[in-house]
Amino acid sequence: MELLDILLEPLSYDFMVRAIITTALAAVVCAVLSCWLVLIGWSLMGDAVSHAVLPGVVLAYIVGAPFALGALVFALIAVTLIGVVRNTSRVKEDAAIGIVFTSLFALGLVLISVTPSQTDLNHIIFGNLLGVSIPDLIQVLVLGVVAFVILILKRRDLTLYAFDPTHAHAIGLSPKRLGALLMGLLALTSVVALQTVGVVLVVAMLIIPGATAYLLTDRFNRMLVIAPVVSAVCSIAGIYFSYYLDTASGAMVVLTQGVVFAAVYLFSPRQGLIGTRLAKSRRRKAAALLVA
Amino acid sequence: MSTPAILVENVTVHYGEVLALDSASLTLDAARICGLIGMNGSGKSTLFKVIMGMIKPDAGRVLIGGQSPARARKEGGIGYVPQSEDVDWQFPLSVRDVVMMGRYGHQGFTRRPSKADRAAVDQALDRVELSEFAERQIGQLSGGQKKRAFVARGIAQGATMMLLDEPFAGVDKRSEATITRLLRELASDGCTILISTHDLHAMPALCDEAVLLMRRVLMHGAPDLVLQPENLAMAFGLDVLNRDLPEPAAPAIVHPAGTESRG
Repeated sequence: MELLDILLEPLSYDFMVRAIITTALAAVVCAVLSCWLVLIGWSLMGDAVSHAVLPGVVLAYIVGAPFALGALVFALIAVTLIGVVRNTSRVKEDAAIGIVFTSLFALGLVLISVTPSQTDLNHIIFGNLLGVSIPDLIQVLVLGVVAFVILILKRRDLTLYAFDPTHAHAIGLSPKRLGALLMGLLALTSVVALQTVGVVLVVAMLIIPGATAYLLTDRFNRMLVIAPVVSAVCSIAGIYFSYYLDTASGAMVVLTQGVVFAAVYLFSPRQGLIGTRLAKSRRRKAAALLVA
Repeated sequence: MSTPAILVENVTVHYGEVLALDSASLTLDAARICGLIGMNGSGKSTLFKVIMGMIKPDAGRVLIGGQSPARARKEGGIGYVPQSEDVDWQFPLSVRDVVMMGRYGHQGFTRRPSKADRAAVDQALDRVELSEFAERQIGQLSGGQKKRAFVARGIAQGATMMLLDEPFAGVDKRSEATITRLLRELASDGCTILISTHDLHAMPALCDEAVLLMRRVLMHGAPDLVLQPENLAMAFGLDVLNRDLPEPAAPAIVHPAGTESRG
């Protein structure tokens, strides 16, 4: 089979086209957001929020409200609860996050188990890339574009917040508000990614691309380009792999991103494990020559 | 009488049950360099936070150039140079990017830099002699250059007051002299500078005045006077400069009652 045929064949199915568009879009938005998450150290928070939105999504489904609304409400609840548990007891932040998000996630699972239309909702957990309907696609498109535009317009403020919140405060900006903005965008983006890879694997899309880009450059502006490009390419490749290997699509997308991260981790010229080891041994040899 | 650049009046701050500042008062005139000395936990960083308006005092008030801290922040008057350990030096930003952050208060919604912003950043970099390092990632500077990069951010911002937290930690002697010269220049241009430092040796050359802090202002006066061993003993409980005093045999707690004075 020609390469072109390999690439074109899946596109003859409408559901594959929808899957690819949805995934690429979710991949790009998540990847842009992930650049800030990995630098602030909010990876665990990303994990927490993406899980904690589950009951909100289920409740929204039950009452017929938009998924995003339920997700935002529960993201807010999760963040508030985490803050309360951390600040008003001796429990540390990581434990507070662990307690709150698993409890809310469990609440979501319980709600799913008592809701009649079980098949639909189970897709939220593991994603249902190949079953993306037109309304789903439109919802992902609208939410994704909104999140993307806000992130890009406010990118300089968000970077300032990530780098030096004290300076942000000193020049009259509100670090609290910027943090809240980022948290809201995290909730929105989680909903976008739910469709594609599901609650369990969303966190991968929210961390891996940013971490990969961080290993490849030391300029934030370049991270904002590298992360979405790598993520989109990995995601589309993942869908093709899942099509030809007949494997779970959401999981394949995440696995591809993980493999690419591993390759970058090993071979990145400046930050990679092998590159830095080689440079070290070269320096040692040079030093030995000088001594001799 | 002109309005003081910084006025801290009877400020008290608690963290939960812990008393961090106890009715501390401090008046600083414009264009002066003031060194703030005290042990860890003496309230130095709390005082900084109160001046920047990050903490609302339980009692007392703070005025910056006669205005509330919030108003002074909005006008871009307050520059801040963080201590090294509070900065993520791996962060993927160039020196120029960091200095540009000083301009954000002057910019629109998306903080898109204008020609004037770029010119201000170039000038600030030039002033601190970092122009040739402008494109370096911030972690790839020496200790002294890192400090100067943040001072440049304050210059680009147009700050009329700068707060520096431990500017000499991890800085070699030569860079220390460069930074001292730079800060003296800024002060002679009218910038008011407040420095918190452990480095007592650097103080006489740098500061016009010194403040001894131990939850309250124990002493405020010329550096030579404040750095007298018996005065330092009040704040530190021992002779920190290891000058010609016998080993401190006395207990480390000294009651500062009645020792408050203005120089």
